[in-house]
Amino acid sequence: MTPTGNSNNENMEKKMQTTKPTSLAAVAGNREQRVPGTNLLGTGLETRGVHAWFGTKHVLSDVSLDFAAGTVTALIGPSGCGKSTYLRTLNRMHEFIPTAALAGEVLLDGKDIYAPGTDVTKIRLRVGMVFQKPNPFPSMTIGENVLSGLKLAQLKKSNTDELLESCLVRAGLWTEVKDRLGEHGGALSGGQQQRLCIARALAVEPQVLLMDEPCSALDPGSTFRIEQTISELAKSMTIVIVTHNMQQAARVADYTAFFLSDGGPGVMVETAPTSKIFSSPTDKRTEDYVTGRFG
Amino acid sequence: MTQTTIPSPQKPWGTSIAQRLTTAAILALAAVLAGAAVEFSGLSGKLGFVAAYFFFASLLIFVQQLRLRDLAAAKDSLLSSFAFLAMTITLIPIVSIVSTVFLKGYKGIHFGMFTNDMTQASVNDPVTSGGLLHALVGTILMVGVALIVSFPIGLLTALYLTEIRGNLARPIKFLVQAMSGVPSIVAGLFILSILVIPVTQELNGLMGSLALSILMIPTIARTAEEMLLLIPNDLREAGVALGATQWRTVSGVVVPAAKSGLVTAVILGIARIIGETAPILLVSGGADALNFNPASGPMGSLPFYIWKAFLTGGTEEAYARAWGGMLILLILIMVLFGLARYLSGRKVV
Repeated sequence: MTPTGNSNNENMEKKMQTTKPTSLAAVAGNREQRVPGTNLLGTGLETRGVHAWFGTKHVLSDVSLDFAAGTVTALIGPSGCGKSTYLRTLNRMHEFIPTAALAGEVLLDGKDIYAPGTDVTKIRLRVGMVFQKPNPFPSMTIGENVLSGLKLAQLKKSNTDELLESCLVRAGLWTEVKDRLGEHGGALSGGQQQRLCIARALAVEPQVLLMDEPCSALDPGSTFRIEQTISELAKSMTIVIVTHNMQQAARVADYTAFFLSDGGPGVMVETAPTSKIFSSPTDKRTEDYVTGRFG
Repeated sequence: MTQTTIPSPQKPWGTSIAQRLTTAAILALAAVLAGAAVEFSGLSGKLGFVAAYFFFASLLIFVQQLRLRDLAAAKDSLLSSFAFLAMTITLIPIVSIVSTVFLKGYKGIHFGMFTNDMTQASVNDPVTSGGLLHALVGTILMVGVALIVSFPIGLLTALYLTEIRGNLARPIKFLVQAMSGVPSIVAGLFILSILVIPVTQELNGLMGSLALSILMIPTIARTAEEMLLLIPNDLREAGVALGATQWRTVSGVVVPAAKSGLVTAVILGIARIIGETAPILLVSGGADALNFNPASGPMGSLPFYIWKAFLTGGTEEAYARAWGGMLILLILIMVLFGLARYLSGRKVV
């Protein structure tokens, strides 16, 4: 149960348990709690007043969030609320779209990643990304896919065999592919491909891993495996995950941030420890969303 | 426990034997009617028979559909008939060209033609003397040099259009499209006036290759562009998100993923120029002797060999020689197109 559970919280849980077999708050509460900042991973990632535009359309307004090192943060909210756009500002993938514009600061270990003179490729090495659709490189084998980051970013690594194995083990894929590393990535199932993409992101040893709805194209079994992987990874890195699945947010995230757009630019309505978001949110809109009254 | 009997697989939506027989009967009746029309009316010859056959067949199918179903179905059958006619009309020239070249060309084929050139023989000599080795070597060398010149330029142009997408992308795309319509003789004249007359003052294989490159670059650039556009943007994003520069992403991810498509671009480019005659006549000099050096001296080629046998000869032997050359050229092109289909069919993505 939640360490700071109050009577209001428990009443709410009881009420929810009558309507649903397991309440989100219960799911969030039952999860093993991680204590942020126990690992020496730098000071994490912070954003200060981030705004984003596509052309003249203002899609994201004034988002300030802190992602403490060694924690998992879920970004939830209805479609079109700007959470994916926000995620992509965190490793400068936002600027990949020609009409994109931005204001505000994104601080990685206290330094603005948008500061003039910053090498964007170095930022993306430190802040890795897993996409919604599994996208292994089709021209490469499974093994080559995992190590592709080293080749693409021209990093020198000795004992790549060890790295290959450790990345695949951490991504929860090693036992399934260890005898078929020479096959093409396309031969794997969707869930395996997504775990391959996670292993690929791990090979360049990022501090932060961004995941943009990593399970939305996958079946429940694969989703379960990836959630296990996320919990494992959170011991050694900071994870930010966008998800439409509130059960997933409750299962994996230490903190949850709720995004919403009322037709205008998306805003971050509320952020709190996950159990609090699902049990006693302070904002009415958050409560409406997490209890399924809309969205 | 009751034993479930597994039914044999059926295709209830398929055409029944009765329907097949009816269709065959209608087509046979149309053939009889067409034969009668040719016999008893002003129509005559094969063309008259085909026209009459098509008329009666589509009419009978129309009537049958009208009787069995309704007017909409009958109109539908009429459209199918016209589509079939159009397909036949497209097919006739292709089949005709290929069959003519094969029927006339095989007489001009003999083993010695792959080991001899035309220095010891004239076009009017029996086809068994002399050969087209010099022409085959010349064509392969000139096309090879043109490929070496065109492929990097074409691929980089395509990469500019798909990956860099600079401000000039739209005008360049338009120019590349326009350039693929440049008449081949213009390409030859361009090289003649800009390189041969003012600079080299010699007709050789290299000049031919450069003229062919002008025709080949737009083909390669356009095909390569289409193939690169097929590569999903996800892969580019994945590469960049791993900390790669754009150049590393393109060379390490995008181009390898498009490899089979780029092979197709190369082969289509080769097929575009391998039979070109006008620029070759203008700038490559045309030779009867074997020449392995594109940079010096005139060079023969298959189109030149065919052209010379047709225009300077006048005997049956010369014609057989020309048709033989055409057959070799046609086989070369068919092999290349077959290769292109085979390679592009093996999709990696």
